[in-house]
Amino acid sequence: MKQSYKKIFMDGLLHQNPVLVQLLGVCSILAVTTSLENALGMSLAVTIVLTLSNMVISLLRKIIPNEVRIVSYIVVIAGFVTVVDLLMQAFLPALANSLGIFIPLIVVNCIILARAEAFASKNGILASAVDGLGMGLGYSFVIAFVGLVREILGNGTILGFEIFGGFYQPCTMFIMPAGAFIVLGCTIALYQAIHLRMEAGKEGKK
Amino acid sequence: MTLTSIFALSVGAVLVNNFVLVKFLGICPFMGTSKRTDTAVSMGVAVTFVMTAASMLTWFFNDLFLIPFELEYLQTIVFILVIASLVQLVEMVLRKLSPPLYSALGIYLPLITTNCAVLGVALLNIQEGYNFLESTLNGFMSGVGFLLALVLFSGVRERMAFADCPKPFRGLPIALIAASLLAMAFMGFSGLKIG
Repeated sequence: MKQSYKKIFMDGLLHQNPVLVQLLGVCSILAVTTSLENALGMSLAVTIVLTLSNMVISLLRKIIPNEVRIVSYIVVIAGFVTVVDLLMQAFLPALANSLGIFIPLIVVNCIILARAEAFASKNGILASAVDGLGMGLGYSFVIAFVGLVREILGNGTILGFEIFGGFYQPCTMFIMPAGAFIVLGCTIALYQAIHLRMEAGKEGKK
Repeated sequence: MTLTSIFALSVGAVLVNNFVLVKFLGICPFMGTSKRTDTAVSMGVAVTFVMTAASMLTWFFNDLFLIPFELEYLQTIVFILVIASLVQLVEMVLRKLSPPLYSALGIYLPLITTNCAVLGVALLNIQEGYNFLESTLNGFMSGVGFLLALVLFSGVRERMAFADCPKPFRGLPIALIAASLLAMAFMGFSGLKIG
C-alpha cells in the first residue's frame, strides 16, 4: 500500500484536517489566537515540531519496543519542543513572551502524539515528513483564520495595523475567552456547511 | 500562609482564572467527556487527584534536582515524564486497591497524561514562584475548577442533545458556542479581587 505524497499532504491540509475534522489540538487554538501574529508564531512552532518529531519517530519505529512506545514518543516530542522553545526565547523574545506556557504545552498537543501513533509509527521517513508538514499546515490554516477573525472583530486591526480608520468600535469580547469559543465554533460549522453542500452536489451528479 | 491568602488563591484558581474557561487548558477532555454528567464527575475527580499529586511531585523535582544542578531548561521533559509515570502509578494502585473506582475511571486514566491542564498547572506553579504548600493548593483548586466547569457543561450538553439545531452546527460547533456562553458567565468573576 503506497499512498502518493500529494494525497498524504492534501489529507492533512483538507480532507483529514486535524482541527476541523479530527478535532485535535483545540486548546492551543483557543488560547493563542488573540492576534494574528501570535497565531502565526504558534503555527510555525507546531509545524516544525510536528514535522521533525514525525521524521525521528518514523526512523526509530523499528527500534522502539511496543510497550513503551507512547512514553518514547513523548520524550522525542518534548525534546523538539524544548529546542523550539529555547530558539524562540533567543530570537523572538517578544513572541515567546506572549505565547507563554503554550510553547512548552505543545508537548501535550494531541495532534502531534496522534500523528506519531497513527502515521509515523507505520510509515517511512519521507512519507512521515510530508504527513507532518500537511497536518502542520492544516493546523496553521485554521489557527491563522481564527486569529485573523478575532483580531479584526476584537481589535479592529490586522497584524497591528488599523484597518477601519476609526468608524468601527472594536468588540472587545472577541479577544476575551468567550469570543474564542464562538469564533472556533462558527469556523467548524462553516467547514461542515461547505462539506455538506459538496456532498449534496456529488449525490446530485450521480 | 494566612487564611486570607489561602482563600484568595482558592477563589482565584476555581472561579476567576478557571482552567478551562479562562485559561483554555484541558479543552480536549472538556469536550470529550462532557456528554454525560456521571462520566464528567469521574473524569473531574481523577484529574483533580492527578493535578494535586503532579503539583507536589514536580515541585520536588524542580527544587531538589533541576535548580541545584542548573538544569531548568529540562523542565518540560522532566515534568512530562513525571506526569506520565504518576498516571501509570495511579492506575496500578487503583487497580489493586479499589477495583470499582478503577473500572469507573477506566479509559480516562491514561488520557490524563496528555491533558494539558496537568502539565499546565505544573509549569504555572513554577512560573508564579509558588512554594510547596501554595503549589499543592493551586493544583488541587485548579482541579476543582476543572471539575466544576466540566460538571456544569455536561448538564448543558445533556439538555442540548434534544435540541433541534441547524445541521452544520450539530456536534462540536454548537458545544463550542454553549461553552462560549459559559465562559461569558465566568467573565463575571473577573472583577473579583481578594486580599
